[in-house]
Amino acid sequence: MEYGFPLLSSLIFLPVIGAIGLLFIPRKEELEVKRFALLIAILEFFLSLPLWFGFDKTTSLMQFVEKKEWISSWNVYYYLGVDGISVLFVLLSTLITILCILVSWTAITEKIKEFFAALLFLEGVMIGVFCALDFFLFYIFWEAMLIPMYLIIGVWGGPGRLYATIKFFLYTLIGSLLMLVGIIMLYLKGGHTFDILKLASNSYDFKFQMILFWTFFAAFAVKVPMWPVHTWLPDAHTEAPAAGSVILAGILIKMGAYGFLRFSMPICPQATQAMTVPMLVLSVIAIIYGAVICLGQDDMKRLIAYSSVSHMGFVTLGIFALNYHGLEGAILQMINHGVVTGALFLSVGIIYEQTHTREISDYGGLATVTPIFAGFFLVFTLASIGFPSLNGFVGEFLILLGGFTAKTWAGFLGATGIIIGAGYMLWLYQRVFFMKVNEKVAGVRDINLREIITLLPMLILIFWIGIFPNTFLSYMHVSVTHLLDQVNQNASLAQTGPQAFLETAIRLIGG
Amino acid sequence: MSNTFLLPVVSPLGPEIFLAGVACCLIIFDSIFKDQGNVLPIISISGAAVTILMVLSSNGLGFSGMYNVDGFSVFFKIICLLALIFTVLMSHNHLKVLEVKREGEYYSLMLFSCVGMMVMASALDLIVLYLGLELMALSVYCLVGIQKKDKRASEAAIKYFLLGAFASCLFLFGLSYIYGITGTTSLTGITKFLTGEGIKSNPAFLLGLGLVLIAFSFKVAAAPFHMWTPDAYEGAMTPVTGFMSVAPKAAGFAALSRLLFEAFPALHGNWVIPFEIMIFLTMAIGNITAISQVSIKRMLAYSSIAHAGYALLGLLPGTAQGVSATMNYLFIYLFMNMGAFAVIVLLQQKGLAGERLEDYKGLAKSHPVAAGLMLVFMFSLTGIPPTAGFIGKFNLFVAALNGGYTGMVIWAVIFSAISAYFYLRVVMLMYMHEPQKDVALVHSGTLSAVLAMALAGVLIIGIYPNDLLSLAGIALGR
Repeated sequence: MEYGFPLLSSLIFLPVIGAIGLLFIPRKEELEVKRFALLIAILEFFLSLPLWFGFDKTTSLMQFVEKKEWISSWNVYYYLGVDGISVLFVLLSTLITILCILVSWTAITEKIKEFFAALLFLEGVMIGVFCALDFFLFYIFWEAMLIPMYLIIGVWGGPGRLYATIKFFLYTLIGSLLMLVGIIMLYLKGGHTFDILKLASNSYDFKFQMILFWTFFAAFAVKVPMWPVHTWLPDAHTEAPAAGSVILAGILIKMGAYGFLRFSMPICPQATQAMTVPMLVLSVIAIIYGAVICLGQDDMKRLIAYSSVSHMGFVTLGIFALNYHGLEGAILQMINHGVVTGALFLSVGIIYEQTHTREISDYGGLATVTPIFAGFFLVFTLASIGFPSLNGFVGEFLILLGGFTAKTWAGFLGATGIIIGAGYMLWLYQRVFFMKVNEKVAGVRDINLREIITLLPMLILIFWIGIFPNTFLSYMHVSVTHLLDQVNQNASLAQTGPQAFLETAIRLIGG
Repeated sequence: MSNTFLLPVVSPLGPEIFLAGVACCLIIFDSIFKDQGNVLPIISISGAAVTILMVLSSNGLGFSGMYNVDGFSVFFKIICLLALIFTVLMSHNHLKVLEVKREGEYYSLMLFSCVGMMVMASALDLIVLYLGLELMALSVYCLVGIQKKDKRASEAAIKYFLLGAFASCLFLFGLSYIYGITGTTSLTGITKFLTGEGIKSNPAFLLGLGLVLIAFSFKVAAAPFHMWTPDAYEGAMTPVTGFMSVAPKAAGFAALSRLLFEAFPALHGNWVIPFEIMIFLTMAIGNITAISQVSIKRMLAYSSIAHAGYALLGLLPGTAQGVSATMNYLFIYLFMNMGAFAVIVLLQQKGLAGERLEDYKGLAKSHPVAAGLMLVFMFSLTGIPPTAGFIGKFNLFVAALNGGYTGMVIWAVIFSAISAYFYLRVVMLMYMHEPQKDVALVHSGTLSAVLAMALAGVLIIGIYPNDLLSLAGIALGR
């Protein structure tokens, strides 16, 4: 489906051009720099609204498609489009970038111009990742993302930033490069094309699918991050500036899960089915391991970072449950996690700006000092736990439903993660906001209007998704069904025999 | 490449003769006039530019089949001539900063070495190849030692000369075996001989082939024959180092690919395994040793060894696709490496200043533009899109995977990831450390021109590589 106006290209290139424009503003005009960056981000957000309103929910076809020949020698196309799986992430990216700019307003004091330029460049590239329908183009965006993120952590991060940023870079790079090998093999075998839809419609022999699955796994698992390749995440999260943590948690790590949905499952369906059990095991380990580690953290950002490992374990659990509920839950939970964890990092960033400490033991009694902030944080905490009527509940519920359907033990063990989750989050809240007022935080002012505006959209989304999840789920229904069809059909065609067809049918109806 | 535009067809050796003539003029001019101003670099650059035009329009076989000007050689000649132009632009101001006299010799040697490279690219006879090789090598030895009073330069020149001479001997030694068995030094003759007889497993012939290949591995700085590289690169003046890392290497690759594909295609099975080992070692030694360097020139020396390893990957499958990938890679390498060296020249003063990695601390704060340029070149050398370095590597990986060398590609990928560590350390020093002392830049218009061209090359090829890709294909006559 074409769209008259090159909407996706504009979404990708508006921030990039904005970033270049920023570099020409004189260094002294700090306020102008910030205003300009904010203006671009807001424009970008409004520009992305047609995706929300103009999206056709009745089809699984790609929408807002743009296709131009780019590198004819390799048959590479500049090919963009969104479907029900990716559209929400584009919107989430444009929203979160605004909040990131707001939260950095006074927190960033050095090289302001460069910071906002990196942020805007990153935004454009991230949107590119979600829109690319050409594997080569996708890879370009995927890797180009590393450059601004490397700088954001390394230049504006905390004391341990140098170690954290190179660790982040090397982990991600080695995974991506292995995926590159897979991409090239696929290109050579799949008829010298990088067109993702075409590549997914071919069927490959099982051995080749397995090779592809593992090369993709290398890149996506690092990004998610799945246990045991998660160790870069706590460091990167902890040392990154608030905006960097928010983008990491909100969008970057979703790309791993998105990669599984967009590439691994449609291109190697049989391998995916064969590998569900190992993947479920890894997911469950991530859920429980991440949660248990959280209990032992004394750094707020590190705690939230490990909780991300646990929550992303839920997402991969939902994905590899390979049924309708699991998948929808996983995609919704990706959004939820972006909103909730993003909001938590925003909050920590806001308070850190005043106290300059992330140690939980330095806090205490904040609820009396900063009541409004405490209210916001409470909602975010409860959402993170999965409190009913808030967004986390819907996602986790769907995922566990899917998990129980697929493998009972996976659902059961996953559920224990929620219990531990309630433990560490409430304990965190107790230590920071209740108990005796710690003198280190006694003089802290409550959040101001800018900060309330920063947190409010997240609050609204938390309630909105929690109470009317269907607004969001309705975007993905058709695409998820189509994705499941692809996985099951391709796989069952290979198995042949009525038994397999019957199973597929039952799974489809039952799911 | 289409051969009939711009100028009427000149004899195949025309461009080389012309460039040698310009080089001679430089010497005469230098000895007659005392006050030269900017004339020498202007003559050199315009000479090189005219030579490029002549190269584009030259064509055909010459000297009864000993000299072949085809698309393949034209492509390599253009890489060498562009490297020459870049280097002259970089050197002009730098020679004054370092107070190097004898500009005439400097430029003429550079032109002569370029003539040698062009001869190598076109040689279809082992003796002609040897002539080109020696003309190139002898000129470059002198260039390395052009700062007579600098101890490091003299040491580098001696080392380079001794090892280079050794390599030449190996070449001649191998050549004698090949000639002894086939009775000819012409590459086409050797090919005919090989297809005609069951000579393939003759150990003496294989020994000769091996020696010749080792000689060229020396020239392209492939491990384990890379020992001369770090010292020679470090001791030479920075523009010369930049030149050495691109042009002689390209010429070496030209000769190597011609030998492998025109003379010995039938022996692919014999050389491929030693080649794989060599590529592995080259990538491993280059990338791992670069991590521990404290001088940026030494680091780039090891990086250039590593890049030779990647480029050799294209020759492995023995296909036209692979050769064109290598050609593209060298072309891209010209821009990114010359760019990186141009930034070093920008920072360099007399003595060691600007050569240590430490000198780059906080550069982003004091000189944001220079730091930004270095950032782009470092990311390109790492192979991160959207820079040209990624396109080059991608192309090589496609070719190697198509040939079935999956294992080698995975190793290349792993070593690329390792290389990110030391390239990004430069970025880290520039952006994430505070400046320690004032670093003054040595600005000059010519240097800015080099930087601008290199940046444009890296970004344009990175974002729209189509023209370059098809160019290499056309050059190979596909």
